[in-house]
Formats: sequence, structure tokens, C-alpha cells
Amino acid sequence: MIQPASSLTERVQSLAFDAHILAAGFVGGELAIVTAEGAIQIGRETTALHPHTDAILVARITGERIVTGGDDGRVFECRPGKEPKLLGEGKGWVDALALGPDGAVAWSVGRQAFTRDNKGNMKSLALASSARGLAFFPKGYRLAVSQNGFVQLWFPNMAAEPERLEWKGSHLECEVSPDGRFVITSMQENQLHGWRLADKGHMRMSGYPAKVRDMSWSHDGLWLATSGAEAAIVWPFAKDGPMGKPPRECGARPARVTKVAFHPKALVLAVGYQDGWVLLIRLTDATELLVRAGGDGSAITALAWSADGRRLIFGAESGAAGLLDLPV
Amino acid sequence: MTDTASDKIPVTVLTGYLGAGKTTLLNRILTEPHGKKFAVIVNEFGEIGIDNDLVVGADEEVFEMNNGCICCTVRGDLIRIIEGLMKRKGRFDAILVETTGLADPAPVAQTFFVDQDVGAKTRLDAVVTVADAKWLKDRLKDAPEAKNQVAFADVILLNKTDLVTPAELREVEARIRAINPYAVLHRTQKCAVPLDAVLNRGAFDLERILEIEPAFLTADDHDHHHHDHHDHECGPGCTHDHHHHDHDHHHHGGLKHYHDEEMQSVSIAIDGDVDPEKFMPWINDLVQVEGPNILRSKGILAFKKEPKRFVFQGVHMILDGDLQRDWRADEKRVSRIVFIGRNLKEDELKKGFLACAA
Repeated sequence: MIQPASSLTERVQSLAFDAHILAAGFVGGELAIVTAEGAIQIGRETTALHPHTDAILVARITGERIVTGGDDGRVFECRPGKEPKLLGEGKGWVDALALGPDGAVAWSVGRQAFTRDNKGNMKSLALASSARGLAFFPKGYRLAVSQNGFVQLWFPNMAAEPERLEWKGSHLECEVSPDGRFVITSMQENQLHGWRLADKGHMRMSGYPAKVRDMSWSHDGLWLATSGAEAAIVWPFAKDGPMGKPPRECGARPARVTKVAFHPKALVLAVGYQDGWVLLIRLTDATELLVRAGGDGSAITALAWSADGRRLIFGAESGAAGLLDLPV
Repeated sequence: MTDTASDKIPVTVLTGYLGAGKTTLLNRILTEPHGKKFAVIVNEFGEIGIDNDLVVGADEEVFEMNNGCICCTVRGDLIRIIEGLMKRKGRFDAILVETTGLADPAPVAQTFFVDQDVGAKTRLDAVVTVADAKWLKDRLKDAPEAKNQVAFADVILLNKTDLVTPAELREVEARIRAINPYAVLHRTQKCAVPLDAVLNRGAFDLERILEIEPAFLTADDHDHHHHDHHDHECGPGCTHDHHHHDHDHHHHGGLKHYHDEEMQSVSIAIDGDVDPEKFMPWINDLVQVEGPNILRSKGILAFKKEPKRFVFQGVHMILDGDLQRDWRADEKRVSRIVFIGRNLKEDELKKGFLACAA
């Protein structure tokens, strides 16, 4: 096993929750944790919120808010110091969720996708099959919806039929590049598929031993880090995209990567593994720093940086979590 | 694909044509005093009251895997639902999946073998098909789905036996056996069966594939101590005769023999060893070509110079095989394979398998 050159483990505070951690992050400067059993924890001292009647299935955390979708079909928005706000309600599980610019939210329930803008205007789109992934474009009010067989690009405020990017197979997670030039999906068949929107050029990024369930863009938008292999696979997106270029492999270990999170300001990648390890890897020289040597051995299921890049939070399937404060 | 890990959550799939009694069986399983917690995946949410904490509505989204294998279909909604459920460990001990009356069980079963994440956390225990004793005979003629469900089953509940005469019952049993002689069959009213008849069957567990003799209607299952008179498990290897109806002594166990034009089973035995160098390429090629027609396959083989039994089972093109326990000293080294499928080319199958003899 490769031993990282140096370690940050002494700067990690351990936290413990009693259920599978779905998402972790920072809201209003406080740490935030969402568990599958329905708890939303903001800060270390406050009582957890439970806006849903039962489980939370999907959660997204930004610097200002936490948005969750539950098996009660409801979507809530939580902000520090405020009561949870019900954004929408449907029948069935909330399967996918995305946060957009200017406070927009999108989610899907069964064969319907919904968007809600910051004024509360709702739009819906009937789908041919359940949406597995949703992603807003960085500019314009536009949503990518990944489904079986294609991705739909939908302008909720326009009557036009959404554009379809077709590719056979079931598309899971969905990402739009920060420059809006590429749409990337992960697929049931352990590969990524991508479209270069300018010319509808296809990209097929394969070779993964497992499904890619997490992706993260570098702050400069030039790299896309992915889970699904026994190293973080990082694809170059400079110029025309990754066609014909090999990916970088970072943090190779004998355990599958489950979560990836690029630092908000530097080419440093946080990587979480199936066996509970967390590493930081500097892309420029492949230096590795150990954050967590496995802990209780439970898979890392949540990983996020604070907006200033000085803190990293991670959570595991078992409910174990940790907070890293980087030396200034 | 092989799992002996007991920490995987067992999944029981309940199929059956419209009105056969699937929901009756589901509610019976849920209300028995077993102390187990179930997560239930049903097809139409809230249709009939299901008395359970954790009920999830599924929408039967069948899709093809994009791997060039046309019969390799999976249930996308199941993958998604199971992924969601498995984040709540401790909430349930087992999963029950009720399919629609028109569903093909294959994509459901294949989901557990094709999807790595589902396969890592759950195991398919058995496909249980509820059949209506009065109407199945007609449905086998006009509904291909009903035939699929019978052919695919590991356990068949021949339900509503109180609505038919003994002669009609024999007739419908014979029709079932013409399609699937290997499933364990129970005669029931209101789906009254002991839970161990439908749960924890290990039908896809290679360790538990002990023999593949046809399970003709010959006797009660001696393992059951608490079943009532309507529940006859007709397991393999029994010679006793406890049935209420009259027997036609010219037929094995009083069963008429039918041949179904479309769906058949083929059983082939080699009285001795098989050469794995010949068998493996043959079976792999066979399922590549005939996979769409082969619903289920199973085999117990004596490989040349191998002290252990090789056991395999398959669903369409997906095969799962492994070396199992040693052949016992008192056990004859016989290699046997069975197929259940549509328009099976029996002569070709025989010729192909016999050529694999060591």
C-alpha cells in the first residue's frame, strides 16, 4: 500500500451521526450534515431538523442553503436560523435534485421533472422514463435531465420541445461543465458519456470497474474528477475536451473511490474511498496527504470543501464523519 | 455473482397473472407472526392496502443493457429503489417485490446479477409465482406473460384450488409441469402456505442447488410440520402419496403428461464426467445464441479429475457457476443439465452436451 508522504490526520475532528450520511457541506459558515434517516444538522450545537416525514433520498448543500428530497415526495429548503421551507410536493420518491444559479431548484419524481425559480415559479416536464440525474447550466435558466437513452436539455421558461442528446443506455448522474460547453453523464455500463454541445461530438470515457456515481469539476473548469475506479480518474477538458487524451489517475489505492471533491481555489483533489480512507492529492505534482486512514472502515458517502477551501468535511455510510481544518 | 454472505438482504419476487392472488400472498407474508421487517416494492402504489411500514411504488422501467446483449434487460426502477432502501440498513430484514400481472420476471431477476451495486447488497432468493387454478389453463393459451411466469418460477402456488374439481386440478398441474417440472408446487387456497415455503429458498444460491430432478407431484414435503391440508409441497425425491384425488396408476404420481407447443424443459444427463474444456465454450456459446429463448438453466456436473461438483444456474444469457462441495463416495458422478425455455431445440442441445463427455 502506498503511504502518503505526510498526514493531516491530527487536524481532523471526528463527528458521529446515527445513520448513512447522504451529504455534507458548509452553510453560513457552519458544518452541515444530512442523513438518510431524515436528519438535517446545521452546526455542531443545534438540534437536528426533520422536515420530512421519513427518509431523505437526495440532498444538495451550497454555502447558503440545504435542499433535500424525501421518500414523502417533498422537497425542503433549509437555511440557518430559519424554518424549513416546503418547495414542492409530489407522489412518489424524489429521485434527483439539482441547485441552480440564482436560487433555482430542480427535482424529479417518477416520470416528471420540476423546476422552481427564486420567485417560486414552478414548471414541470413529463419524461419518458425516470430522471436519474439533473444539472443546471451555469448561465441561462436551462436544465439537463439524464434518462434512459438520452439527456434532455430543457429551458423551463420556453415552450419549445427540449433538445435531446441521444446515446443508447441508461444515463445516471449528469454534469454540465462550468463553461457550459460539455454535458457529461455516468452510465449503467460503468462508463461516462459526454457531448460537446458545439458540434454534438460524442465522448465515451470507459474502463471503469464500477459505476461512476460522483464527479467534481476543478475550480478552473479544466478537469473533471470521477469516482468508480481504484484511483480518482481525472479527465482533461481544456480546449476540445478529453477526446483522444488519457485521463490522470490520482490516489491509486487497493480500494474503490466513492467520492471526489476538487478544492474551490487550487488544483487539489479530495478523494474518499470505499474503505473509509480520505486523501488529498495535488494534481500538479501528485503529492498525497492523508486525511483519514479508514476510520471505522465504512465507505465515504459525502465529501465537500468550504467555500474558502480551508475546511473539508466528510461522512460515511456508518454515520461516522470528520472535519479537517487546514493549517493556514 | 456467487454469494454465501448472509449479510446480503434476501429478495423474494412475487409474480403471477392478474387476479391470481399475489397481493393476498404478500399480505399473508406480512401479517404472519415472524418478527421480520420487510421492505415491500409494489407496482401500483396504493392500489390495494398493504399493511407494512415500508412500501415503495415502482414503475417497472425495463431497459436493455447497452452491452450488445439483447435479452440482457434490467429494471432501472428497482436499481434506484434498492439503492435508496439500502441507505436505511436496520429498517428491514428482507425485500419483497410484487410485479404486475403482465410482467416478465426475467428483467427483475437479471437486475440482481447484472447490477453490481444491487448484487453487492442484496441477493435474489426466489421467484414465486401465484397461479389461478381455475383460469391458468386458459391464460397459458392466450397470455404469454402467464406462461413466462410459470416457466421462470422456483416456487409455484397453485391457488384457489377450492374453485376447481380434482380432475381440473390434475389437468392444470399437468399443464404447469409440461412447462416447468422443476419448481416446487404448492396447492393453496387464499395463498395459505407456511412462510418457509416461499421465503429463504436460496433458489439462486449455488451452494443450495443440491439436485435437479423434476419435482413431480408425488408427496408432501416432510420438512414442513405446520402446514394445513391444502398445502402440498411436492418436492423432489419423495415417493409417498398423500393426495386427496384419485390416481391414474398409469402415470407417474397421477400426472398426465402434456407437451407445451411453445415452452418446454429439456433435461440431459451424462452418466459420468464432463470435460470442462469442451463444456465451458459450449455452454457460453449456447447462451450467447439461444439466450433469448432459454429462460432458466441449471446444472450439476462432474468435471474430469475434479473432486468437487460444478454447479451452475442461469437466467437467459447470464450464467453463474462455481465448484461446490466434494462428490460423496456414495454418490454417482453424473452430469446433468436442464433448460426451461421457448422453442428449445432438444436434439441440438442433447447432441451438444453429450459431445462434452470426458
